[in-house]
Amino acid sequence: MSTHDDTDHRHSTGATQPDTEPIRVLDDDGHLLSSAEPPALSEAELLGMYADIKLARHFDQRAISLQRQGRIATYAPMTGQEGSQVATGHALDDEDWLFPTYRDHAAKYVHGAELGSLLTTLRGYREGYSDPAGVNLLPEYIPIATQVPHAMGMAWGQLLQGNDDTAVLCHLGDGATSEGDFHEGLNFAGVFDVPAVFVCNNNQWAISMPRERQTASETIAEKAHAYGIEGVRVDGMDPLAVYAVTRAAIKKAKAPTDDERRPTLIESVQYRYGAHTTADDPSVYRDEAESEAWRDRDPLDRLETYLHRTDVLDDEREATIEAQVEDEVAAAIETAEAAETSPERIVEHVYEETPDRLAEQLDELNALREKYGDDAFAEVLG
Amino acid sequence: MSSATATEAESATERLTLVEGVREGLHTEMARDDRVMVLGEDVGKNGGVFRATEGLFEEFGEERVVDTPLAESGIVGSSIGLALSGMKPVAEMQFMGFAYPAFDQLVSHAARLRSRSHGQYTCPMVVRAPYGGGIRAPEHHSESKEAFFVHEPGLKVVVPSTPADAKGLLTAAIRDPDPVVFLEPKLIYRAFREAVPRGSHAVPLGEAAVRREGSDVSVFTWGAMTRPALIAAGNLAEEHGVDCEVVDVRTLSPLDVGTVVASFEKTGRAAVVHEAPKTAGVGAEIATTIQEEALCYQEAPIKRIAGFDAPVPLHALEDYYLPQAVRVQDGILETVGF
Repeated sequence: MSTHDDTDHRHSTGATQPDTEPIRVLDDDGHLLSSAEPPALSEAELLGMYADIKLARHFDQRAISLQRQGRIATYAPMTGQEGSQVATGHALDDEDWLFPTYRDHAAKYVHGAELGSLLTTLRGYREGYSDPAGVNLLPEYIPIATQVPHAMGMAWGQLLQGNDDTAVLCHLGDGATSEGDFHEGLNFAGVFDVPAVFVCNNNQWAISMPRERQTASETIAEKAHAYGIEGVRVDGMDPLAVYAVTRAAIKKAKAPTDDERRPTLIESVQYRYGAHTTADDPSVYRDEAESEAWRDRDPLDRLETYLHRTDVLDDEREATIEAQVEDEVAAAIETAEAAETSPERIVEHVYEETPDRLAEQLDELNALREKYGDDAFAEVLG
Repeated sequence: MSSATATEAESATERLTLVEGVREGLHTEMARDDRVMVLGEDVGKNGGVFRATEGLFEEFGEERVVDTPLAESGIVGSSIGLALSGMKPVAEMQFMGFAYPAFDQLVSHAARLRSRSHGQYTCPMVVRAPYGGGIRAPEHHSESKEAFFVHEPGLKVVVPSTPADAKGLLTAAIRDPDPVVFLEPKLIYRAFREAVPRGSHAVPLGEAAVRREGSDVSVFTWGAMTRPALIAAGNLAEEHGVDCEVVDVRTLSPLDVGTVVASFEKTGRAAVVHEAPKTAGVGAEIATTIQEEALCYQEAPIKRIAGFDAPVPLHALEDYYLPQAVRVQDGILETVGF
């Protein structure tokens, strides 16, 4: 190895200051930018991405309505952000691992989670967290940023075991960048040079906190610089740009060139159109007019326009996809509403072998159910 | 004359919910002492996710009601520094289940600054957190882990069960010279209203409250479980002629040993009700204290009616996890029938 001077070293780690202007492929109206190259995706792949975004949007509307009807509990909406979720999902290979947050419903679905399972969890049944065998996906993370070191460790494990074809993608929000786990996870990722891609879904709001109050940094991507890894800022409402950037990061994670480090922090700049969750009322803390400018750059509209202009999509195909999406979501709701659970589940899977003491606690509960009936437990507390 | 007195008495109180009691406690102390400040996630403009700080941002401004970055360790750690500087921080953890990043700051520093510095430095601050289950919340939002904090010498741990106590105990916590973990049972944040004194209202820490006097069995509980315990006591009196004494422990650390033991000496039987997991819960501490102090009065094993030694289930099963009135009632009968 030759000795690098400072400039070369900066270049070699890829840790240059990212451009403040996010990378884009499509303009606000969905036209290909003259400066941009569309990602190499087949027609089928493009239509698949479009159908998934369409499904995500429909799912979101249905889930919000199910919550309003009391059929599921608190739900974290994703409208405005589903383009980025779907595009990052399409950038993954099947063997890659996904670490999602509680808002990444579409990302989970694209990587292999069943829609019905997502809704089963939202009905309060832990059974919904089980994914089909071979789907490399963790249950959604709720305590903020805690997944970041886990994703790093999973990626580290791939490296240690020589699994060169497996990378890890970790989702997080803009709020997560303030937590200690964000710093520790990214620092480890840089030090151990692991095949991990961290996608910060910067939707501008952490419940009521605007991005500019979360950090004094101009961008989130620039935080990568301090960890010696690459930071990229992308228009998170441009699915083609998100795909291109994420795919490149995944490829680099698995097979870096001599002067590249494996990890990347992607700041996907987007907007949460709706509430933080169905328990939140954004009108208390933000001006709804703000969202209008973002809605003009809607990811679904932009991809739709692009696909129509390039003759990948026509009205007939669009109608077919729409009908398929509605059927699939309706079937998922049916599956979730048919799911059953039992109080026995409380003690299952706490340990590989249930300790006697815990088994006795279940026996005690079952004796009471026998004696008083299940209705006695359904009474509102207090 | 008498009607004037009645009006005066009426205006001396207002009917509040528990969460409004919290808000009133904060408001009164902030108005009284400029050094009192509130900090946490979404506590300012949003008024807190449970509206516990509603209106404070507008009234006291952004320097005293502070929306912080999303970082619990940062919130509690900076509160320790603020306390050292002479401010009186009241930090909010949005849910108890999200307080763990701040655990190191609480146990390694807030709890022991006084002892480490041989009394030179102290840490008068309050860490508030909504806690407990029963509101159909998502995972990690329903934990009841008061025992973690009770186990730490140097911290005081307080749990109100009524709107008046929410205001009064919080006021005392803010004025206390030591760090106080103030756990708010969110199940009963809005469950009922009661008359709460207007203006300055402090309820001393370290004193349990006898909520129902009785002679057959003592039921020790706190927070959201106080109501099912009182409902069970009413049912047992009516249906079985069992006369329960219900003691709301309300300060879990330091424990009011005097009130607990005096009640037990009167009844000779006890049940402890908490929604936290049974193993190494605060119920174990109460039962053992009774055995140490009043063994000769004991007529039956002390019954613990508690959550399972398992994670809180997702909401569909939480009613089976939490001690409902039916479980409390059955457990008390077991003790009485021994």
